[in-house]
Amino acid sequence: MLTPSLLRATLAIVRKDLSAELRSRELLSAMLVFSLLVILIFNFTLDLDPVTRKDVTAGVLWSTFAFAGTLGLNRSMAVEKDRGSLDGLLLAPIDRSAIFFGKAISNLAFMLIVEAIVLPVYAVLYNENLFQPGLLLVILLGSVGYAAVGTLLASMAVHARTRDVLLPILLFPVILPVLLAAVKASNAFLADAPLAEIMPSLNILIGYDVIFIALSYMFFDEIVDE
Amino acid sequence: MIEVYKLTKRFGTKTVLRGLDFDVRAGEFVALLGPNGAGKTTFLRVLASLSRPTFGEVTVAGHKLPAESAQVRARLGVVSHLPLLYADLSAEENLQFFARLYAVSSLQSRITEVLELVGLDTRRKDLVRNFSRGMTQRLSIGRAILHDPQVILFDEPYTGLDQDASEMLDDVLRTVAKQGRTVVMTSHDLARAEDLATRFDVLSRGVIAASATRDSFGGGNLLSFYKQALAG
Repeated sequence: MLTPSLLRATLAIVRKDLSAELRSRELLSAMLVFSLLVILIFNFTLDLDPVTRKDVTAGVLWSTFAFAGTLGLNRSMAVEKDRGSLDGLLLAPIDRSAIFFGKAISNLAFMLIVEAIVLPVYAVLYNENLFQPGLLLVILLGSVGYAAVGTLLASMAVHARTRDVLLPILLFPVILPVLLAAVKASNAFLADAPLAEIMPSLNILIGYDVIFIALSYMFFDEIVDE
Repeated sequence: MIEVYKLTKRFGTKTVLRGLDFDVRAGEFVALLGPNGAGKTTFLRVLASLSRPTFGEVTVAGHKLPAESAQVRARLGVVSHLPLLYADLSAEENLQFFARLYAVSSLQSRITEVLELVGLDTRRKDLVRNFSRGMTQRLSIGRAILHDPQVILFDEPYTGLDQDASEMLDDVLRTVAKQGRTVVMTSHDLARAEDLATRFDVLSRGVIAASATRDSFGGGNLLSFYKQALAG
C-alpha cells in the first residue's frame, strides 16, 4: 500500500479547497463584502482629515483583515465538519500535518486574494499609496501568521457547538502580537521610517510565523484526534 | 482480519464499550446489530482509527491501533450516514481528490472503474450538491473502495434512503462483498442485515451479547435471536 508524501497530500488539499471555492465563491464573496463594508464604516464613523487618516491606515487595514480572516477561517473548517468531510480527511493514510498545511495554505490564499482587492480599493478611495514592497512584505508575513494560528485554533473550535463565537474568543488574544507587530511595521513603512526602526517588528512577525508553524506541525495530530 | 480484545472506551465518566471482544475472519460480512446507544458507532470509530481505545487491544489487517493507524487507514474503507464528500466538487473531482490522498495508481482508470461499479459513470461531471441522497451514498461507497481496501466499515449506510435507493445500495453492497472484502456493517434494519450478512453480532451495553453465523443460525428468525440477545 502506498501513502502520499506530506507535500503531495498538502497540495491535494489546497487544490480541492481552491476548486471548491472557485465554484461556490461563498467564502471569498463573504470576506470581500465584509472587508469593503468595514473600510467604508471606518471612513464614515471616524471622519478623519487626510493627515490623521494616514496615521490610522495601518490600524484600519489590519482590523479589516483580521475580522474578514476570522469569517474565512470559521467557514473553511465548518465546511469540513458539516458534511463529515473532516472524518474523510482523517481517514486518509496521510501525515495529518498535511491537513493543517493544506487548510492553512488555502486560508492564506483566500486572505491574500481579499487583501489584493481591498488594498487598491482603499488606495483609490483614500488617495493613499499602499503599493510599497515593504508594506506588501508585512502584509504577507502577518497573513501567514494569521492563517497558521487561525487554522490551528479553527481546528480546535470546529467541534464546539458555539464555534462561530468561540473562534474569535480563542484567536484574538493569541494573534495580538502579530497584529501589533504588523500595525507597527506597516505604519513605519508608510511613514518611510528607517529599516532599523522596522526590523524589530519584522523579526517578531517572522519569529511568530516560524514558531506557530512548527508547533502546528508537531501537535496538529493530537489536536484533531478525539 | 479484525481482532479486538477487552476493548474499553470511555468518554469522561461515561463508559461506552466495556471490555468488548470481537474477531472477524477475512471475507466475512458481519452485521453489527443493537439498539441506539449500544456503542455501535463508537466501536466502528475505534476500528477506523478515528477514536482511541481507552484500554484493550485492536488489530486491523495485521496492524495494531493506535500505534499503526496510518497502515490501518490505508487498508480500510469507511461509509457512514454522512457522505464525507464535497458538495461543490463533481463526482469525478471528489474521487480524484481522495485518490490522491490514498496514492491510488492509474488514477483515471480506477475512477472510471469505481464510477461504473456504483452506477454513476454517466453523472461523473455532475456536482455532488445536485445528487439525490441515494446517489450520494453510492458515491460514498465509491470513495470508500477507491483504494481497494481489505476491510470496509459501513455505519448505518441506509439512513435516509428511500426504497429504490436502498435496493440499489443492496446491489452495490453485494458486489463489494463478493470481491472478497471483509465487511462490518451496523444496521437497525434486521431484514436487510439478514439478507446481506454472513454473521450477526448483537452489541448491547458495550459488549457483544450474542453472535451467530448464517450457517449456525440455520435460517431461523433473526428478530427472535436479536430480542433474546438483548434480553439476556
